[in-house]
Amino acid sequence: MCLGVPGRIVAINGLVATADFWGMRREVRLELVDQPVEVGDYILNHVGYAIRRIPEIEIQATLDLYEELLREAGASNDLMAADVKAEIDATNGR
Amino acid sequence: MPPMAADPLKFRDPARARALSSALEAVTRQMGREVSVMHVCGSHEQAIARFGLRAVFPRGLNVIMGPGCPVCITDVPEVDEAIALARQGVHIATYGDMLRVPGSSRSLADAQAEGGHIHVVYSIRQALDLARSIPDENVVFFATGFETTAVTTAAVVLGEVPKNFSILSAHKYIPPVMEIVAEMPDTRVEGFLAAGHAAAITGWGIFEDFVAHHDTPVVVAGFEPLDILAGLLRLVELVRDREHTVINMFPRCVTREGNARAQEQLWRVFRPIGGRWRGIAHVPNGNLRLRDEWAHVDARHRFTIDLTSLWDQAPPARAQECICGDIMAGISSPDNCPLFGTACVPDAPVGACMVSGEGTCRIWHQYGGARPDLSGSIGAVCGVLR
Repeated sequence: MCLGVPGRIVAINGLVATADFWGMRREVRLELVDQPVEVGDYILNHVGYAIRRIPEIEIQATLDLYEELLREAGASNDLMAADVKAEIDATNGR
Repeated sequence: MPPMAADPLKFRDPARARALSSALEAVTRQMGREVSVMHVCGSHEQAIARFGLRAVFPRGLNVIMGPGCPVCITDVPEVDEAIALARQGVHIATYGDMLRVPGSSRSLADAQAEGGHIHVVYSIRQALDLARSIPDENVVFFATGFETTAVTTAAVVLGEVPKNFSILSAHKYIPPVMEIVAEMPDTRVEGFLAAGHAAAITGWGIFEDFVAHHDTPVVVAGFEPLDILAGLLRLVELVRDREHTVINMFPRCVTREGNARAQEQLWRVFRPIGGRWRGIAHVPNGNLRLRDEWAHVDARHRFTIDLTSLWDQAPPARAQECICGDIMAGISSPDNCPLFGTACVPDAPVGACMVSGEGTCRIWHQYGGARPDLSGSIGAVCGVLR
């Protein structure tokens, strides 16, 4: 019941939107979401209702936050911090 | 491929997961003692089990599952009310997990076997559709779940509701139960991982008073493996530094203020009252009931619900041995229960923790019949994630 799932809005008709969840389309109600939602936006769906528009910029921001966290955690252990950083950089292809 | 299609995968990135779990191990080791933290969300436990995260939690870090499963904490009298209504000929619509939750003598599934009209829905919208399709019958939506789900019930109440539709609210509100757990005398919990989706509604600001009163940190975390590992890492750091503050590690879905539009609808429709949470305690302001002005859609107001017919049978003896309450309070684990995996299994559950897909016992059982620990190796999570 609790699982909130991100989906992408593909159509809007009044308070009813159609969202794409990894290829599956479902009706999503818009009564609760507190920001204007447009086709192409991502939303967090909970039991048939959009409860949050997910700003794309926040997704990168979250990942950046995790890297920041790793740097801070690593500060007390330089050797490991270097390893951690190298691994992250390797995945980023830097 | 739409740009975000790959994004959830970013939150499962093996290299980042490995890096975060190494950092978590280092910080825990620094502490030089055992640290216990609690998450208050069935979805966190589900993700932890599904991705084998317990295998990479460092020795010395005890991640306890708190009263975060809304199905499990729905109390016996609430289930009895739904069953009594079904026996009175009312159609009951509810979320699937609720069917096998034991009431005082039987479950909704038993009521269905006895000829009751029980309908499983994914969303309250389907219950509305059902009511419209059978206008001559009474349909009651047995509304369970935390604030994230309660807001959807509120939205329906504020819209157009068919005359034959009403609501039996067993909705619960999470913040007050965190107070209860924090004040338990035996508690070893030094920090809380708060549920991201509930906080998407209430905002993380709601925890500011809590951290001040209980001298304990709260980290709001999402449900992807990286979200959980990063949330735990930050939480253990806060415990180490004795920083009693709220940190939001789920900024893509949670703001300080939360979803004001949803909150406004929630409190216009519901009022908080004290009530029992199964296995936990009486929780002041922990239950959400419809306000008087919505009496016309309140099943408790529209029907005389006679529970006495359900008390003809003593609860099964096995139920007395069930330790769900201690498990939900974080004092015991499923492997401490004499029934776990033998007398109490997913096909024939005794306690609520085995009934729900989000219950601790069910999750443990599903992932190997013991503590979900894939191999104890640091690489397990990465193997699972690949």
